[in-house]
Amino acid sequence: MRVNFTVNGVEQTADDVWEGESLLYVLRERVGLPGSKNACEQGECGSCTVYLDGTPVCACLVAAGQAEGREVRTVEGLADGERLDPIQEAFVECGAVQCGFCTPGLLVQAHDLIERVPEPSDPEIREALAGNLCRCTGYEKILDAVRLAAARKAEAGR
Amino acid sequence: MELGAPLDRVEGWDKVAGRARYSGEQRVAGVCHAVAVQAEIAHGEVLAVDATAARAVPGVIDVLAYGDAPALADTSDFELAVLQSPRVAYRGQIVAAVVAETLEIARHAQRLVRVTYDELGHDVELTPDHPGLYRPEKISPDDPPDTGEGEETPAEVSVDVTYETPAFHNNPMEPHATLAVWEGDHLTLYDSTQGAAAQRDALAALLGMPAERVRVVAHHVGGGFGSKGVPPRPNSVLAALCARRVGRPVKLAVTRQQMFSITGYRTPTFQRMRIGASKDGRIADIEHHVIEQTSTAREFAEQSGVVTRMMYAARARRTTHRLARLDVPVNSWMRAPGECPGMYALESAMDELAEACGIDPVELRIRNEPERDPDSGNPFSSRRLVECLRLGAERFGWSSRPEPGTRREGRHLVGMGVAAATYPAAARPAQALARVADDGSFTVSIAAADIGTGARTALTQIAADALGVPVARVRVEIGDSALPYGPLAGGSMGNASWGWAVLRACEGLRDGIARYGGAEPGLECRADTSGEIKNQEAYARHSFGAQFAEVRVDVDSGEIRVPRMLGVFAAGRVMNARLARSQFVGGMVMGLGMALTEESRMDREFGDYLNHDLAQYHVPVNADVLGIDAIWLDDPDPHANPLGGKGIGEIGIVGAAAAIGNAVHNATGHRFRRLPISPPSVIPHLP
Ligand code: FES
Ligand code: FES
Repeated sequence: MRVNFTVNGVEQTADDVWEGESLLYVLRERVGLPGSKNACEQGECGSCTVYLDGTPVCACLVAAGQAEGREVRTVEGLADGERLDPIQEAFVECGAVQCGFCTPGLLVQAHDLIERVPEPSDPEIREALAGNLCRCTGYEKILDAVRLAAARKAEAGR
Repeated sequence: MELGAPLDRVEGWDKVAGRARYSGEQRVAGVCHAVAVQAEIAHGEVLAVDATAARAVPGVIDVLAYGDAPALADTSDFELAVLQSPRVAYRGQIVAAVVAETLEIARHAQRLVRVTYDELGHDVELTPDHPGLYRPEKISPDDPPDTGEGEETPAEVSVDVTYETPAFHNNPMEPHATLAVWEGDHLTLYDSTQGAAAQRDALAALLGMPAERVRVVAHHVGGGFGSKGVPPRPNSVLAALCARRVGRPVKLAVTRQQMFSITGYRTPTFQRMRIGASKDGRIADIEHHVIEQTSTAREFAEQSGVVTRMMYAARARRTTHRLARLDVPVNSWMRAPGECPGMYALESAMDELAEACGIDPVELRIRNEPERDPDSGNPFSSRRLVECLRLGAERFGWSSRPEPGTRREGRHLVGMGVAAATYPAAARPAQALARVADDGSFTVSIAAADIGTGARTALTQIAADALGVPVARVRVEIGDSALPYGPLAGGSMGNASWGWAVLRACEGLRDGIARYGGAEPGLECRADTSGEIKNQEAYARHSFGAQFAEVRVDVDSGEIRVPRMLGVFAAGRVMNARLARSQFVGGMVMGLGMALTEESRMDREFGDYLNHDLAQYHVPVNADVLGIDAIWLDDPDPHANPLGGKGIGEIGIVGAAAAIGNAVHNATGHRFRRLPISPPSVIPHLP
């Protein structure tokens, strides 16, 4: 089948898509955006998290056909041109990135939290990131990065 | 910025922007996908592989199996002799592969491949009295299985206990992936590996090719924790075979489930500890007897008892290792192989000894400090365990530790535990090239690996420091076997080994620039540290640390929470404070998983690991990690290597599980000697 959708603001068409193909596979293998990662393929790790019409989803659990006519935003689409989003900057500054494989999914999830909740509490941060696994960092600096980005955003909004 | 400063991770920007390319993410024209077919029996022989239905699927390019797969030149390692014989040594072993235009087609066809077997019945369960236990010739990496010295004497106080640890799987977040590209008789492998050069040498030998015709590239690797070490995993070999056969680039991505059978894990153990001491806690004799498993496919003897050879003073000491050869997947390295399970047993037993003697566990360890390495008799290059223990005790508020089973706060029993940590600090020979680039900046090249450790960043700092220039003017190239030889990232030896060579190359280049009178583009210097390493003085080189944990045990549910953990480390000079902290903390959290949540369960009937995904194998999640802190002593060790660093990738996990287990004892008054300490095991022992 053919799937038409928008990815990071650009219209995309994928041809010869099998019914069973996941959105993640189409993004990584057909659209050429391997930023979203495949670490479990069954909704357990959050590495593949992308926005689908503004809601974070596990792209490995979304059939490609479900994206027909909809808007997808991936880690590659968080930056504003060359300018990284504050959550991306905070991850580097806080040392929240080690191997970086969990990072894209965490960034999308954290980005969504900060957009929705202006000054998230610690329990809110933990809850939002509950579905994202990281084997390297021990999470400490990831939480710090989300706190920092949220504080900066609140500051800028004042 | 000088060495030690918290420089941002140099590839951090690429990683957060989604630009960093991991293996299998390179775009190459004409790529197709391979999927492994895995054995459904644990022991026997493949009788036939019927691929008729699979081949009939449109888009299937080929099916490979024993009998028609390309031959390998070296089949001495059965685990890597992929598709070279009908023998099945473990469930999940690769017995065929489907190559197709897309991954979905390959997967669909994989399910249509019919394999028939002659099943021989299997033996997959490690027991402490397994009839097949034998003494291996050596334990990893190259040590005697048994040691014994000194005469046993009657002890005033003795502890004789056995600890049990289950199998654990490394579970880096990136599943192993390979992209194999043949151009004529040259092979390029984009591979998730901890060592591009060692991987190249291993692959070249297997394929019977000169090393110059194989190139392994691994610019970014999504974690490894030992599972991407060398010898390679069979998936890398299979990718090369498939690509050779179909004459096109082949991508082979291992699934999370497949990782539980083909990419390694930590052996389960039974460890008997016997310690005899005087009433004042001085150890007279100590014994550590280790029982582990190995696969019939390849022997791996994890060196769990080595810690007891060097950790504490004793008049007599004995260590033994016995293995059962089972029809199980090949176990291998997982973060701090040997030291990690071994210190769980030793440090738990020390806690039991402290209790038996009525001595504070911190004090007990201080009383048993050896003057020299008890094993080799060599002096320690530095050993600051006592400082770590004292500093940690003070910071953690250790003096408020309750008597076992006495502190209750609402629904919780509260307790504290301590354990010591140690890890060897070695270095391997490496080569590096430093050169002045056309624009007057500096390029430093070495086939090092950054699997998330921060090696690329630390090497940039080492180079800038040695050249006396800002880090912005230095570019470090790693992750490619075509660069000067670097050993793999393993044994916490990466930075010491690569950094040493980078240091020498940059020092040489700096001299060259001074002689020449300027940084002329093209000036370069190559360094090789093999001579220096061979002539190192005889020292016992180890890192040390102290782990402290506080636990709260819910008296109704048996749930154990760890509100506070503190690690204090003396691990040589720290090259980058920010990245180091995250390595220490990450290790401690993996130790927390080992203590409380992680366990690979063997399915006796089918003969493989049952809970083979992240829903059932519980790596710690953010809710498990509460207050965690890691600090370190300023500890440059000039006898370790010229940089004074000792390696920090592994020591963070060592001792962490023992500290938590000891804290659970302190909270509940009950001793749990099997990991993980989970609610079902705790509940029967609660008040
Ligand atoms: S890959 Fe989608 S949740 Fe793990
Ligand atoms: S940084 Fe490696 S998994 Fe999170």
